[in-house]
Amino acid sequence: MNFDSLLWVLLLGSLLGLELIGKVPPTLHTPLMSGANAISGITMLAALTAIIKAEPNSPLLIIGSISLGFALFNVVGGFFVTDRMLAMFSRKPSPKNK
Amino acid sequence: MNLPDIIKFVIDLLAVLLLALGIKGLSKVRSAREANILAAFAMLLSVIGLLAYYLGTSGISNQSWAWIIIGSLVGSLLGTLLAKKVPMTSMPETVALFNGFGGMSSLLVAIGAFLFPFNEGSKAASIEPFINDVSISVSIFVGAITFSGSIVAMAKLQGWLSTPGWTQVKARHFVNIVFGVTSLLAFIYLISGNISSVWLLVIASTLLGIGVSLPIGGADMPVVISLLNSYSGIAAAAAGFVVDSQLLIVAGAMVGAAGLILTQVMCKGMNRSLVSVLFGGSLSSQSTTSSGSGEYTNITSCSVEECALTLEAANRVIVVPGYGLAVAQAQHTLREVTKKLEQNGIEVVYAIHPVAGRMPGHMNVLLAEADVPYEQLKEMDVVNPDFPATDVVLVLGANDVVNPQAKNDSSSPLYGMPVLDVQEARTVFVIKRGMSAGYSGIKNDLFDLPNTSMVFGDAKKVLNDLIGELKDLGVGEK
Repeated sequence: MNFDSLLWVLLLGSLLGLELIGKVPPTLHTPLMSGANAISGITMLAALTAIIKAEPNSPLLIIGSISLGFALFNVVGGFFVTDRMLAMFSRKPSPKNK
Repeated sequence: MNLPDIIKFVIDLLAVLLLALGIKGLSKVRSAREANILAAFAMLLSVIGLLAYYLGTSGISNQSWAWIIIGSLVGSLLGTLLAKKVPMTSMPETVALFNGFGGMSSLLVAIGAFLFPFNEGSKAASIEPFINDVSISVSIFVGAITFSGSIVAMAKLQGWLSTPGWTQVKARHFVNIVFGVTSLLAFIYLISGNISSVWLLVIASTLLGIGVSLPIGGADMPVVISLLNSYSGIAAAAAGFVVDSQLLIVAGAMVGAAGLILTQVMCKGMNRSLVSVLFGGSLSSQSTTSSGSGEYTNITSCSVEECALTLEAANRVIVVPGYGLAVAQAQHTLREVTKKLEQNGIEVVYAIHPVAGRMPGHMNVLLAEADVPYEQLKEMDVVNPDFPATDVVLVLGANDVVNPQAKNDSSSPLYGMPVLDVQEARTVFVIKRGMSAGYSGIKNDLFDLPNTSMVFGDAKKVLNDLIGELKDLGVGEK
């Protein structure tokens, strides 16, 4: 992909993000933040790419692996903790929500 | 495009779609849990897509596999452990820690890509070296700030770090500007081919992250975490440029933009502008010299027994919970009290201030943990008109959010902050350890009002005593 199409991707992705969260009930501010935070761990893809493309025995393997560990800590932990919070809300399903 | 490219393209598109649906669903109560799982699934899908692509094209060496497995196992295990163990009261610092680690990941991968370039000879060669260096620098800069800023935020929320007085001096802006300019210079050196300046960039941007977040008071920390969350999205997007992945760029940009919106929402709830949060310093240290001091003149204190008697005679009770309640782990005891009242036909609702707890929405989570039905939680704007028709208000561990100064005293630092109008109710009971000030360090005029009574003691103990007293009165025993 050339650079200017990547910039378009960046622009459209940002606009999508702005559009996705319009009205959030205050109840969900904390889980939403934590869920979005888990998604930001998507850098794990960059870490994976680095490990796969590294030369044999290159220090990049180790750096990539540590980076992958940090990212997955963020992703896996983030999703689990968000689920823990949301499970509490859905334990008693309410008949009508605003 | 050959077959692996097409498959990867389709998987990436699907992952982006699911991630977008996930974020969207997370903003609605009914769909939130499924949306979270959906987003997690999308992430898994993206990993499978990436691995399958390389398996189908260049192949993945055994060595690579080994490091992938080690990194994944350690990271996932520790993350899961923390997520399962951490108490709900510590949610803000947990999010801060996760966020910091996300930043660290972007930082490391960018350093790795810079020191050991792996893009040559691949399709990414279409990206000019100049743009590659710029992306790497941005990723390092934002990643380092996210990491150090988040760790400082976590340490402060945990109580490991206070806000030292010297951080409040105006000179800190100068120091931060020096860090900023140094980062910029390192950035310029770096893209002009000076490899060793990468370390200068790492150090300067790490210090900048610390320098900016250290002076910010604990009450404003949620805004900082939210902003840093947005940054970690930007760092991910920058890393996407480095490895030439549209998926990374879209997902990072989405999180970055959504984080900004959420930050704005939080600022509005606290009546603080983002600029004043970032550059205004800690609220309490400003206010000690200006207004807010002054002695209490008309404090009425009362016993738990009196409180129980008044509650028994009430028709309508509003509970105002604050972070102090959660710290005392008293939300379950509170739920027992309100259950008794409800059994006696007394209407009970919870008034939730937008920043109750340590983070917007935090109190809702804590009350949900104690099985308080979602419908009983009322937002500030909904509940405020109801106070005049309310017999008893129980203020538990909340302080600044019920301070009438915010409405009446234009010289108060709190002035203009939206507050709960509890003083409109017939009787207000404030359950509090002592007369200490709230997070802002400002005197609370509510305590001096004739219809306010203080019940001194630890929230959990007072509530337990209250259960006993209510039992003696025969409340809730049918």
